[in-house]
Amino acid sequence: MPQSIPTCAPRTLVDKIWTRHVVVQDGAEVLLYVDRAFIHEGASHAFDKLEEEGRSVARPRQVFAFTDHYVPTIGRDRGLSGIANADIRNMIVRLHANADKHGIRLFGIDDPHQGILHIVPPEQGITQPGLMICGADSHTATHGAFGCIAFGIGASEMMHVMATQAIWQRPQKSMRITIDGELGFGVAPKDVILAIVALIGVDGGTGHIIEYAGSTLRRMSMEGRMTICNMSIEAGARAGMVAPDETTFEYLHGRAYAPKASGWDAALAFWKTLPSDEGARYDREVALSAPEIAPMVTWGTNPAQGAPVTGVVPDPRDVADAIAAQEVASAIEYQGLAPGMALGDIRVDRVFIGSCTNSRIEDLRAAAEVAKLGKAVVSAWVVPGSQHVKRQAEQEGLDAVFRNSGFEWREPGCSLCTAINGDQLRPGERCASTSNRNFKGRQGPGGRTHLMSPAMAAAAALKGRLTDVRELLRRG
Amino acid sequence: MNPFARISAIAVPIDEPNVDTNQLCPTRFNKLPRGPAYARVLFHDRRFNADGSEKEHILNAEPFNRAQIIVADRNWGSGSSRESAVYALYEFGIRCIIAPSFADIHLNNCYKNGLLPVVLGEAECEALRGQLRDRPGATIAVDLDAQTVTDARGGIHRFDIDPVRKKCLLEGLDDIARTLQYQRAFEAFEADYRNERAWLYA
Repeated sequence: MPQSIPTCAPRTLVDKIWTRHVVVQDGAEVLLYVDRAFIHEGASHAFDKLEEEGRSVARPRQVFAFTDHYVPTIGRDRGLSGIANADIRNMIVRLHANADKHGIRLFGIDDPHQGILHIVPPEQGITQPGLMICGADSHTATHGAFGCIAFGIGASEMMHVMATQAIWQRPQKSMRITIDGELGFGVAPKDVILAIVALIGVDGGTGHIIEYAGSTLRRMSMEGRMTICNMSIEAGARAGMVAPDETTFEYLHGRAYAPKASGWDAALAFWKTLPSDEGARYDREVALSAPEIAPMVTWGTNPAQGAPVTGVVPDPRDVADAIAAQEVASAIEYQGLAPGMALGDIRVDRVFIGSCTNSRIEDLRAAAEVAKLGKAVVSAWVVPGSQHVKRQAEQEGLDAVFRNSGFEWREPGCSLCTAINGDQLRPGERCASTSNRNFKGRQGPGGRTHLMSPAMAAAAALKGRLTDVRELLRRG
Repeated sequence: MNPFARISAIAVPIDEPNVDTNQLCPTRFNKLPRGPAYARVLFHDRRFNADGSEKEHILNAEPFNRAQIIVADRNWGSGSSRESAVYALYEFGIRCIIAPSFADIHLNNCYKNGLLPVVLGEAECEALRGQLRDRPGATIAVDLDAQTVTDARGGIHRFDIDPVRKKCLLEGLDDIARTLQYQRAFEAFEADYRNERAWLYA
């Protein structure tokens, strides 16, 4: 009997990267090699543990540190001394000191490339296809837009990664979310991911790595893909990815840490082998039609509690499950809304355009397109994701557009998304925000958050209420 | 890490799905060094007014302020990766959380700090919470070695746990010791990997 020809089962993008990083297997867990680790000021707990155990950083050249969570977004010309709150200043001082002590590349408060840890590594070409990346932040999924496995971990795991350059993991299930067709007028990548999270729920992706696929993604810029991967965690998935393609390669070429000369050719040849094979199987498949997605806003206190801006606040009495109904009622109460209220009637006090979800150059361009149509009637901040984005926006004159329309143009950082640098809402204040989380108190104790795209946030600034940006743009 | 073997303790019901880590530890407390101050951080903004006075909250009231077990609802610990959420639970005195499901990163953070997450069915958790509401101060027993939860009425519920995680919790082992056993495999792996992907190390 002839031997059957051995065939390799079709493999997914995730399989290919995961398998190559397995150092050893121990029971249900594998020890994975970590190519690059990203930390921010909050890694103080991980450094404390290292110190406590008398350990050092195993591969300091593969760890990158960013000052973003605690940096102020005004008065930066005064550097550290511009930070009045000693506890906040100390978080930055400690990161600087720890990076210095362990020989870690630091994008510090005064660095010309300073910015958010999910904005700077792509810009610098540190994020590349095929890598295993761990970040001390749940939005590390952002980097998956380049076709790498990137996920957030806590302080203990980050300490382990720094001490060993590896991490114990158990296999994840695979989910493919396919989005096909052309996005409608005024509809942005943020609307796509808000629609996905609303569809599958805040725990719909738990235990899975999501691969985003389909013609909509293929046509989308790296910035858009990053926005989508960024919020994978809001559906419970620690990682989200997009297969690398010409868009990815073109974005990376020539960046500071991107491979050069013959290294580029070798890397490129490897990167092209990464996309999932035809016929690869996934544990779960979800499909969305891009033309059916409308500009989204959240009304509640988790990222799945969202709806098209043309919709209304739901009525808990329409929710069958008692606990789910209670959850909706509690969200509506916290948000100070009423069931059945049109989302377009919700007035806002503040507008925030920024965060690792939406502070890249394309986001600022989209917001500026809308901002130039009028004047902000409420306090509206624009916080670029990095010094690089800030400079580019200024070269394009976007800062002038924002200023002329009454928006505040600030310095790069996480700012009002994570609200720990001193930028925060006052109790009861309501904010139209391009960030990723609308949890109770996320933007400050008692603050209320509505998530949306940059263009939608700019529209809310001009109208002082949640507004369908399509109407504004059509009237132009 | 402190080992976990078994406890019999007051359990508190938290009837709310999708409790996120911003509730367990509001962001501004992330910068606190680990220590007893975290006991007050747990659910801080729901438990305390701006002036520091107590609000009405189940964790502020006798006997639940002495609880060491939480019986929760689905998707406990969603959101941010902050390990401070676990510090808050631990310093408050919580050693075990029973829920129908956990968010991924928070689940790992629990394991790494000697806090046992137990997954039971949605109906079982609801029944347990009902018992605790009916008899405030009732105790639940959790035996990791036997993989059982004994509820307030003496009912026994078996739970699954990965053998590696079980061993680490029972013995209070941290991962680094485990990883260092494989140092030679790691070095061989890395040499080969660096050779294959030289562009990453140029």
